[in-house]
Formats: sequence, structure tokens, C-alpha cells
Amino acid sequence: MKRREFIQQASLGTALVTLGSYGLQSFATVNKTSKITILHTNDVHSHIDAFGPEDGRNANKGGVARRASLIESLRAENPNTLLLDAGDIFQGTPYFNYYGGELEFKLMSKLKYDAATIGNHDFDNSIDGLYAQLPHAKFHFISANYDFSNTIMDTHTKPYHIFIKDGIKIGVFGLGIELNGLVAPNMFKETKYLDPVEISQDMTRILKDDEHCDLIICLSHLGYHYRNGSNKISDLSLAAKTKNIDLIIGGHTHTFLPKPTVVKNIEGKNTLVNQVGCYGINLGKIDFYFDSDKNKSANGTSIIV
Amino acid sequence: MRFTYLFVLLNIFIFSSCKEQKLELNKIEGKLIEVSDSLENDPEIEAFISTYRKRIEKDLDSVLAYSVDTYSKTDGELNTAIGNYMADIVYNEANPVFKSRTGYDVDMVLLNHGGIRSILSKGNVTKRSAYELMPFENSIVIVALKGSQIEDGLVTYLSKSKRAHPISNLKLVLNKDNEIIEAKIKGKDIVPNKTYYVATSDYLYNGGDNMIFFKTNDSLYRLNYKIRNALIDNFMKVDTINPVIDDRFIQIN
Repeated sequence: MKRREFIQQASLGTALVTLGSYGLQSFATVNKTSKITILHTNDVHSHIDAFGPEDGRNANKGGVARRASLIESLRAENPNTLLLDAGDIFQGTPYFNYYGGELEFKLMSKLKYDAATIGNHDFDNSIDGLYAQLPHAKFHFISANYDFSNTIMDTHTKPYHIFIKDGIKIGVFGLGIELNGLVAPNMFKETKYLDPVEISQDMTRILKDDEHCDLIICLSHLGYHYRNGSNKISDLSLAAKTKNIDLIIGGHTHTFLPKPTVVKNIEGKNTLVNQVGCYGINLGKIDFYFDSDKNKSANGTSIIV
Repeated sequence: MRFTYLFVLLNIFIFSSCKEQKLELNKIEGKLIEVSDSLENDPEIEAFISTYRKRIEKDLDSVLAYSVDTYSKTDGELNTAIGNYMADIVYNEANPVFKSRTGYDVDMVLLNHGGIRSILSKGNVTKRSAYELMPFENSIVIVALKGSQIEDGLVTYLSKSKRAHPISNLKLVLNKDNEIIEAKIKGKDIVPNKTYYVATSDYLYNGGDNMIFFKTNDSLYRLNYKIRNALIDNFMKVDTINPVIDDRFIQIN
């Protein structure tokens, strides 16, 4: 809190005590806590059914019906939960070839996904194919660095969305990968790719300084990391070049992280980067604990991964 | 000051002093949860999926053709029955499309050995077989290359890699020192100045399997025709499938 505001409010508080009689002492001593749970998937690639027992690497893993019951039990533990997806929802099984993504979006809506960002494979039936499936999606598409203004997707995505859970303001913004060279130009049409670092600086300024979010999450399809010497932007390099991002939920590289990576941002503060492989075989879970006890937060945020 | 006014004011005071109680982030816990078979299926979701699944299965598993034998990409040295079959299908299915759009004929086909993703099993052949052979969404593209570019690039690549990359309408013979002693397209010697129309996949055109020679092209035609769909279209036309290993790419010792 800014010092000036604090002094103003402190003096108002003093005035209040002299007015007396409202029993505010108890209010001041109650220690409020809040826990926000973020659940996430990435690169599910139309894997709606679980892998069969004969599958080499992923035998008996995954499956949307199982993910549904898992998410339901986690929501029962903590209703203050957000469910997010980092893109590449489409492509990988005949479900996509037959239904064009309809079932993927309908199931994500039934599982009550809150938001998703757009991956390169989500253009596989062209931008028109993506647009055609939007009526089946009851969640937000969040993308800050794809400029869709000259395309059919215009006004159907938003750069960021602010969720409020238990009084905590959670700002989520989305980032997509450079499409040129990855997706045929006739598929993404006039979608413009904007620089992820510059856009992140804009987003964090809006979400932190203007909107006063308590938590800022970047939903990214940039990829976890590219080999040394590559100047391609990744989640790890984005985290190091930006500030005020608490968590980057990544995708694209199908990176299986047993636990989130802690990266020092440009201010030397911690940013978490997570990605949970692909095909819905894992669910990521990050719990954020908030406390009004200043003594606790004075020692910094402890990260248990 | 009226009492009601005081009351309102008091509420404002309480509200603003609440800000002082701002919550601070003090702990983060992260973990990975495996979606394993120890979890129960959500019955409502499972029932919802099953209608979609049944419709796909009915279509995927309806019989289109019969395969006389089991064909694997590991049977054969420099050409394989399954590879020959796939390359010939791409020629047969893509050529009429290309010709109707441009007036030109496809001269030859090159695919990649790694792109054959499964065996073709003896017995009934279905759409599922096509999905297993070609799970990727690769599409057929036609690349215009000069004869000299084919000799220096494509043919040299094949002689060096010595893998059974599927080809059609191209004949290659190597001697025991891996030198090219015969290279023909549609039975004729390659003319350096002539333009040839080579059908391949967009994946290979974009440099997949290091086939960088495609990027020397002077024109590119995208057919918007998936290789898998070419396979399915062929399965629907034929009754029996019995491809053979032939002499299209061989080495003489």
C-alpha cells in the first residue's frame, strides 16, 4: 500500500474510534486468510479417451471423464478454484477430425474451465474452423499478443480477464506463439503476432498498477525453453525479462515438469513457470495462500514445490 | 449531523479501514496430479462422450478393403511394399487433382520413411488403418523443381541417406560404392533444364527429415489434400491390397 493512502486511512480509523460504539476492535484483530487454487492443463490435443493398456508410454493414463471427477473433488476441497488451459486443445485424435473441436469445447465447458489461450494447432481447421466451434465454448479465450482485428475472431477473444475469488483479484492474460513458419498463412489469415515481452509489460502494468490485482497469471503457448543460443522467446526467458507475473502456465513444448520451475524475474523476485506434459495425462495444481498477518508476508512468500 | 448520515459515514469508515486488512500472498504450493486409472470416471461425462465415440467407431471400423498380407516398413532394403504403396497412392490420387487445376502432370512422388507410422495388417482395411499409418495432418504439396535441382538435391539426398523413403515414378540404381548409376523419372533420363512437378508432404517441403532441397523450388502448389484422405480414397476404390517390393530403388553389388 502506498504510504500516503495508509496515513489517510489510519487517521480515518482514529477518527472512528473517537466516534465510538461500533465494536471495531474485534474486526481489527481477526486474521483473514484465503486460499486460491489454480488447476491447469495444456496440449490436450483432442485426447478425450484415456490411453489404452497397450500404449507404451502413457498406458492407462488420461481421459476427460477421469479428469472431471478429479477436478470435482478438488473443487469440493476448495471452491475458490480456477481451471485454465494453455492451448493446443485441438488435433491428435479422430475426435477432432470428425467433429472439428466441438466435443473438446463442450467437454471443457462441462468441466467448467474458466479460460484458455490459443495454441498453434487450434488453427488446424483454419481460423474459420476455430471460430465455428466458439458457440460450444462457455469459457473465455484469452490472448493478448494475437491481433485478430482483421479476422473473423475479432471481439471473440480478450487480452486479459480478471477473476475475483474470495475477494482476491486474479488477473489472467494470454500469450500465443509466432505462427509464421509453424502454421500455414492461409490458416491463420490476417492474425498478427505481437511481441510477447512488450505485451507482457503492458499487461502487467494494467493488471498490477491500474487494476490492483493480487495475483497475475500468464497463460502461455510460447513453449517452456529452447536450446541455448536460440533467440526464440520461451516461458523461462519471458519470466526473466518481465515483472509482477506470479505464475506462467505454459504449453506447446509438451514439457513434463514434475514440479514448477522458480525463475527470478527482472526485479529479482520469484515467478513460477509450470507445464504438465500433454494429452491430459496430468493436471497441474498451484495453491496460493493469502494472509492479512503482515508479520507472515514480511518474511517473503514461501514457495513449496 | 443527522443520525442516518452518521450511520452511512460510519459504514464508509469501516469499509475503508478494511483496506488496511489487505491480504498478502505468503505461501505457494505447487504439485502435479496424474490422471491415472485409480480415478473414477465421471458417469455423466462418460455417457456424454460415448454417443460421439460410437459414431466415430462405426465409421472408423467399417471395412473398405482387404489386405492380402501384413506389410511393414522394415521389410525391404531401399524400397518397401508399404512405402511403394503409399507413394503410388499419392501419385494416383493427387495427379488428377493437380492436373485439373494446373494442366500439368505430377512427375514423381517423394515421401519419408519415418512418416509410415504403423504396419498394414493382413485382413480388413478400414479408415482406422489410414489413421494408424498416417496420424499426422500432413497435406500433399506439389513442388516445381528443375531437373538439375532434382539430381543435385533430391537424388543425392536419397543416395546418401540410403533409407527406403517412399518414391513413385522415380527409379534409382546405386552401385556398390553408393554412386548413382541410373536416375530416371517416368522411365526417362532427367533433363537438367526441364521443370518437374514433385509431389511430397508439406512437412517435408518445410525441411522435415532435412529435405532442404525442396526450398530451391520456383513454384509451390498446395492441394489442401491430406495424405490420410488420399489413403482413404484409395482404400474405397480398391478391393484387395497386395503391394510388392520392386526395383524402383536398388543397389547393385
